[in-house]
Amino acid sequence: MSTAHLTSILIWLPIAGAVVVWLLPLSKYATGSLAVLVSLIEVGFWIEQASRFNFHHSGIQMSEQHKWFGEFGISYHVGVYGFAVWFVGLTAIAMAACTGYGFWVGRDRPRAYFALMLLLTGATVGVFESQDLILFYAFFEAMLIPLYILIGVWGGARRMEATMKFVIYTMAGSLIMLAAIVVYGLQAGSFDLVNGPTSTSRWLFLGFMVAFAIKSPLIPFHGWLPDTYRQAPPEVAAVLSGVIAKTGLYGMLRIAIPLFPEPTSFYRTSILALGAITLVYGSVLAFRAPDFRGVVAYSSLAQSGLIVLGLFAGPVLGRDGAVLQMVAHGLVSTSLFLLAGVVERRTTTGEFKLLGGMARGRPALATLLMALGVISLAVPGSANFAGEFLILGGVYQRAWWWAAIGAGAIVLAAMYMLRLISAVLHDARGSTVADEAMDVRPGELALLAPLVAGLLLLSAWPAVISQNSFVGKWPNQPTPTSTNLAAPRP
Amino acid sequence: MTIQTPHIDWFALATILVLLGASFVSLLGAVLVPARHRRTFGGIVTKLGFLGGLVASIWLYVDSPHSETVVSGAFYRDRWTALAQIILCLVGLATSLLSWEHMGRSDDHIAEFFALLLASAAGMAFFVGAGNLMVLFLSLEWFSIALYVMCAIDYDVEGSLEAGLKYLIVGAFGSAALLFGSALVYGATGSISFSGIASAISTHGLTGDSLLVVGIALVIAGLGFKMSAAPFHMWTPDVYEGAPTPVTAWMSAATKVAALALTFRLMRTAFPQEEHLWSVAFAAIAVASLVIGNLAALTQQNVKRILAYSAVSQAGFMLIGLSAGSPLGARAVMFYLIPYSAMAFGSFAVVAARERELGEPVTLENLAGFGWERPFLGVAMFFFMFGFAGLPLGGGFVAKFYVFAAAYDHGWTWLVIVGVLATLVSLYYYLGVVRAMYMRSPEPKTGLALAGGSPPRDRFLHIAVGMAFVVSVGSLFFVSPLIDIAQHAASSLFPS
Repeated sequence: MSTAHLTSILIWLPIAGAVVVWLLPLSKYATGSLAVLVSLIEVGFWIEQASRFNFHHSGIQMSEQHKWFGEFGISYHVGVYGFAVWFVGLTAIAMAACTGYGFWVGRDRPRAYFALMLLLTGATVGVFESQDLILFYAFFEAMLIPLYILIGVWGGARRMEATMKFVIYTMAGSLIMLAAIVVYGLQAGSFDLVNGPTSTSRWLFLGFMVAFAIKSPLIPFHGWLPDTYRQAPPEVAAVLSGVIAKTGLYGMLRIAIPLFPEPTSFYRTSILALGAITLVYGSVLAFRAPDFRGVVAYSSLAQSGLIVLGLFAGPVLGRDGAVLQMVAHGLVSTSLFLLAGVVERRTTTGEFKLLGGMARGRPALATLLMALGVISLAVPGSANFAGEFLILGGVYQRAWWWAAIGAGAIVLAAMYMLRLISAVLHDARGSTVADEAMDVRPGELALLAPLVAGLLLLSAWPAVISQNSFVGKWPNQPTPTSTNLAAPRP
Repeated sequence: MTIQTPHIDWFALATILVLLGASFVSLLGAVLVPARHRRTFGGIVTKLGFLGGLVASIWLYVDSPHSETVVSGAFYRDRWTALAQIILCLVGLATSLLSWEHMGRSDDHIAEFFALLLASAAGMAFFVGAGNLMVLFLSLEWFSIALYVMCAIDYDVEGSLEAGLKYLIVGAFGSAALLFGSALVYGATGSISFSGIASAISTHGLTGDSLLVVGIALVIAGLGFKMSAAPFHMWTPDVYEGAPTPVTAWMSAATKVAALALTFRLMRTAFPQEEHLWSVAFAAIAVASLVIGNLAALTQQNVKRILAYSAVSQAGFMLIGLSAGSPLGARAVMFYLIPYSAMAFGSFAVVAARERELGEPVTLENLAGFGWERPFLGVAMFFFMFGFAGLPLGGGFVAKFYVFAAAYDHGWTWLVIVGVLATLVSLYYYLGVVRAMYMRSPEPKTGLALAGGSPPRDRFLHIAVGMAFVVSVGSLFFVSPLIDIAQHAASSLFPS
């Protein structure tokens, strides 16, 4: 098996798994086991891909291209860049944990549920690996379909409004992007992302950016976020904030910035301002949120703002930091939403005024939440600290006060995370917290521990991502090759 | 005195003759075959007829690489005609599977129904190849009259007769407009054959001639009725709702194929010099269809009415391709028709299955829980709805891409924007159907299978829906071969 097939296998294995899971009339237990097995095999294939990937080579690797619709030069073109390897890994690992969570809590209608989870895995990996705009768009949309059903069927009481809002928001963005793709592709005569030319059209740039800003999300495009994150089942909310939101940021990184260098620099200040507003305002909202999921939801909004600062800062430093931060935050918020699910299963609620005092007698829960909280508020030594540091270093090179805003927001992060920790773990015991409410069970620990272990690994060795994301020339756009922290300021 | 009879290329008419022959056999069966065997007999004859028609039209497709007119210029033998006939025969085959079990309460008129189905298919197969205004009008009436009767065939069912009557009156109005328009065009150009009209316009410099322009406008209006494009759509929801569901499935898929294929040919071959006029006209009709179809569908509760308005809005999307008037537009329209006809047919077939379970009209209310009760039909409907909405779960996505590309290529970016906005609005009701099927728990009083037992076994319906499902999803993956076929067909209209 040549390495090129690994890329396609990572996309189509879970989709094939979805079809099998859906078709086979297995018991609930067998269906769930099969789905978890498929998602673990997916992780295995990713490890294989990452180990065979040559991080010292610039350019696309393990690419595969087949004709799809010939006349416009639209092809099934997949492959990975250094940074994309990490996002594929994030997807595989987070989806495996979330599929496992669905198995652990025993979702009803298992064949449909697990088929949709696997479909979502395949579609998301497809977004990170496609190298053709139409293919990218197809996977970008294909993610929405399983999400719509997963939230609408297995979600909370107000799921109908939540799904409708979510779908209308994201589709509005996507369809504007589709119009932009059609215009860009026909102007350029190619839809290929690797060999396609750059464009100077500001309208097209904005068309792409709206779609990505809704998906990420950025203020003022975040209207779908609170309801969706609260009404979705916890593992789906985990996937949404940990992985799906990253596809929007990935879109900026892979498409909006390299394809539109001139509009990028034209709108740079506005987008940086949007990122800064999102960061600060999101942090304030997180501080004011009355429930567990609200804090995590708004904190991921704030983190999107921070990552956008890094992406659009310009220098390589910010971009390295943004990739590291995307992966680290993806793991953090996936784990936090799963933990929110763990708490909600025991207390039936995530409202802070009904929670509290859960640390007593539940050491594993307390340890996990503390560890995640501390990583999330970017304590020095954590993966998030490294990411934020690089991002701030990047924006500092643009202007010092961007960095000052960012640094201020990190203080806010400490405030809302500590508030979350004390409201759930400490404080007086909440009315819904019964003595019998159990500590984290081994099954749940088995799902959360690998995520936390991954975070600790990244904390110890952040350079594995930050040094291995961009090598040499950026597709379509020449960039300085140095990714060294100590590089002199331009 | 002897009348000079033209040379007739019988093979060019093979599809039509096969379908018509099967229709006669089925009609004889209504008289000669004992009542209890009529359904089986008619069903088998119909299937054989459509299979025969399919073979003939595929053969014609392969064997007609160059466009030519036959029977004194009355009929086009080319790949455009043949491809439209292939689609028509496939839809007809699926309709015959669907109506085998789902048509009519008793076996009273089943053989006549099959005869009419075949006759209307033959009329459409003739219509798409029409080479002059006379053949156009005759074949239009031919299939329309068959459809009027098919709509009203369940005359003891409330609404069926009304649907037939409404379709008859509105359809007659459309035919009258078409006929009057044809007369004006003939008056202006002195010719009824498409190519003759075109050459008369160019030799006499008739571009912009008021008689001709009014004539074209009336012809467009008449054809607009058949493709149920706004503002000529008002019969669509009522007739689609009232007609027996297998008939609706057939009408929504096949009539649109016939009307769009013919209209594109007529505009290209008869009025190429007037393109600046008709492309604007079709763009306006497209916008009207998108706006009216989508907005009206939002408020509907009856699923057949939702699908009817969706048919109006889908006509709008296809007309975007037509208004571009380019080879790319022709490919786009032909390609669009493939997944569209599959999805339109399939979604009505699913509604037919639910209708039979419930014994009452299907609404968003009583669709609740359907997706879980009937997994296959539910998933198929799910794919049809997302495919209609242009999400990449089927060829509808590629089709929309193509019509947008055609509009952009024609320099009409605004039309792309309108299409995009219309797609966004349409999501609400397409997803509404999915939501009803999967996310609502059924009301206890829907009276589902109170008498006990599983839902009726309808193998043939499942096969028909399966065909539609395969075509609709397959057209996402096999774009290149299908586009090549559509391109060959379109090249008949654009000789280089």
